[in-house]
Amino acid sequence: MSGGISAGLAAGAKRDGGFRKISGAPWFTSMVTVALLLAMLGIGGAVYPGFLSEQVAFNLLIDNAFLLVVAIGMGFVILSGGIDLSVGSMLALSTMVTAWLLQTAHWPPAAAIACVLLMGACFGAFQGAIIHLFKLQPFIVTLAGMFLARGLCYLISIESISIDQPFFVAVSQTQVPFLGGFLSPGALIALAVLLLAVWLAHYTAFGRAVYAVGGNEQSAAMMGLDVGRTKVLVYALSGLCAALGGVLFAFYMLSGYGQHGQGTELDAIAAVVIGGTLLTGGYGYIAGALSGVLVLGAIQTLIAFDGTLSSWWTRIVIGALLFVFCVVQRVMGGKSR
Amino acid sequence: MNAPVKTPASVAASEPARTPLGALLLQHPLLRPAAALIVLLVLDALLVPGFLRLDVKDGHLYGALVDILNRAAPLMLAALGMTLVIATRGIDISVGAVVALSGTVAAMLVGGATPMLPMPLALGAALGVALLCGLWNGVLVAGIKLQPIVATLILMVAGRGLAQLLTDGQIVTVYYQPFFFMGSGYLFGLPFAVYLVAAVFAVTMLLMKKTALGLFIQSVGINPVAARLAGLRTATLLVFAYVFCSFCAGLAGLLVTSNIKSADANNAGLLLELDAILAVTLGGTSLAGGRFSLVGSMIGALIIQTLTYTIYSLGVPPEVNMVVKSIVVFVVCISQSSEFKQLIARAKRRPA
Repeated sequence: MSGGISAGLAAGAKRDGGFRKISGAPWFTSMVTVALLLAMLGIGGAVYPGFLSEQVAFNLLIDNAFLLVVAIGMGFVILSGGIDLSVGSMLALSTMVTAWLLQTAHWPPAAAIACVLLMGACFGAFQGAIIHLFKLQPFIVTLAGMFLARGLCYLISIESISIDQPFFVAVSQTQVPFLGGFLSPGALIALAVLLLAVWLAHYTAFGRAVYAVGGNEQSAAMMGLDVGRTKVLVYALSGLCAALGGVLFAFYMLSGYGQHGQGTELDAIAAVVIGGTLLTGGYGYIAGALSGVLVLGAIQTLIAFDGTLSSWWTRIVIGALLFVFCVVQRVMGGKSR
Repeated sequence: MNAPVKTPASVAASEPARTPLGALLLQHPLLRPAAALIVLLVLDALLVPGFLRLDVKDGHLYGALVDILNRAAPLMLAALGMTLVIATRGIDISVGAVVALSGTVAAMLVGGATPMLPMPLALGAALGVALLCGLWNGVLVAGIKLQPIVATLILMVAGRGLAQLLTDGQIVTVYYQPFFFMGSGYLFGLPFAVYLVAAVFAVTMLLMKKTALGLFIQSVGINPVAARLAGLRTATLLVFAYVFCSFCAGLAGLLVTSNIKSADANNAGLLLELDAILAVTLGGTSLAGGRFSLVGSMIGALIIQTLTYTIYSLGVPPEVNMVVKSIVVFVVCISQSSEFKQLIARAKRRPA
């Protein structure tokens, strides 16, 4: 998929020598993230007894399944050179609508979930259409979308709606045996979405169009790619992922609440950046979202295991990691950007 | 370029001399924001009984208008700083975190029965922290050349964590009386906060209009490369814009903390950056950089506060506030886009 990029970098590498060759490779930051994750797990295992069990690692996935799905959608948007700030509010709105449809309107779960997913996709497509048609900055449009979705939550109810629908309760309590431990259905869905997303990004025409638009929108248009269609689809996909993240969050929390998912958009952006995707677009891997999310989760778990550090350290460490990764990307990878 | 060629720009520039005053007013960039504010105020005057009444109690002026002005003060400060950053084609989303940080530092230093530091020193320390935040943002944007949204995202995530770490996640209550003057004191009948905003606004206006700084900032926003080639120290200008923005945010943090008599690292200034961006956009400043209007941003902040007041006083549930705000952003942004203007122009031409 990034044949052009890696070929260009390889040509530059011949002149620059070994280190530049390695640090300039498209997979370099992704590898740094994986190494970082392994190091964190290793340190945790060495310092805290019981840290290196399979279940602790699986719990990372279980607790962050919703974030993974949201980050995958965000990954596509960022690869296309945009940004979507509305995903956290969209997640909250989906939990709210799901809860309301189940508890007040007594819809069957399948219909409620389908309705919520459709809503997310339409919301995203609407934002994408405005961004494309009026040539507005994605940042400001999705900011307005963020206000809109959060506001709609409070229109439904300002209080938390708890879900006691039997299917949802059953799903939230199910433990699927997996490699000696267990995973939640939500985590399995998130993994399935990841596989689907990797296929979409690297093996389909749509994926190639996303990379092309993110690399250079004008060139993509001149090549005859339908830039508008790609953009609308990318934001629709992000909205869909945010809505699915909301459904997973509803499984996880068994409630719908307008305050759910505050700051999720930033966690998702952080995960995508830490996963090695350039925020300027066109460069990186969708699978990086997994390592990014796991790193964020590992920070939280380490701090929880330590017990003496206050949880505020999470935000600071995430900020510091963001800083390091952005600077590394800037200095090593995207010198021409 | 120095030949006397009539470029379209020079034609446009010489045109106002011939157009009547009315048309000139209609073309003024502040027309739309000012009209929006007036419409909102007229709406309030019609719907809310006693909206325009001003009472004098204990030598202080009271009334809805004063209230709106007072409550808009932190947002106006944040919008002032944001205007300069947006004028350089940047964005600063760490404003809320800086508000929380500076408020926390001030509250911790003067909080408690006996202040740790004399108040001027404490305020200075809080503003110093804000300046450092701005310097950090500025260096990331101008020095390391990160995208502004990413550079300030780092502080946005970490800043609030830092503030919470300082206070152990607790709300710091302030008991020191003189500190409350900033947020709720009165001077010559008007809230002190209004004077503070007016002073910062006046200084900024002077800097922008009477020195070349405004022009420099505009040129960086229009084309950073050309500005640098023309001999401007673009990096210094960028750092200045971010430092100024954080300084304004720090002042806003002091106002907020002093007004609610406590510092809540978790909620102080939450989403303030978004309101500030909204105010700047409403005021007619283009998010693409270059063209900016400080007066417009002030009007934008007042529009947001008046809108909030209207929603509350009409008995509409406050939850609607966010929906209304978002619709306003959509409408304003779309109406400002050149694509929309072309659509309108085409629609006008068709019937003729």
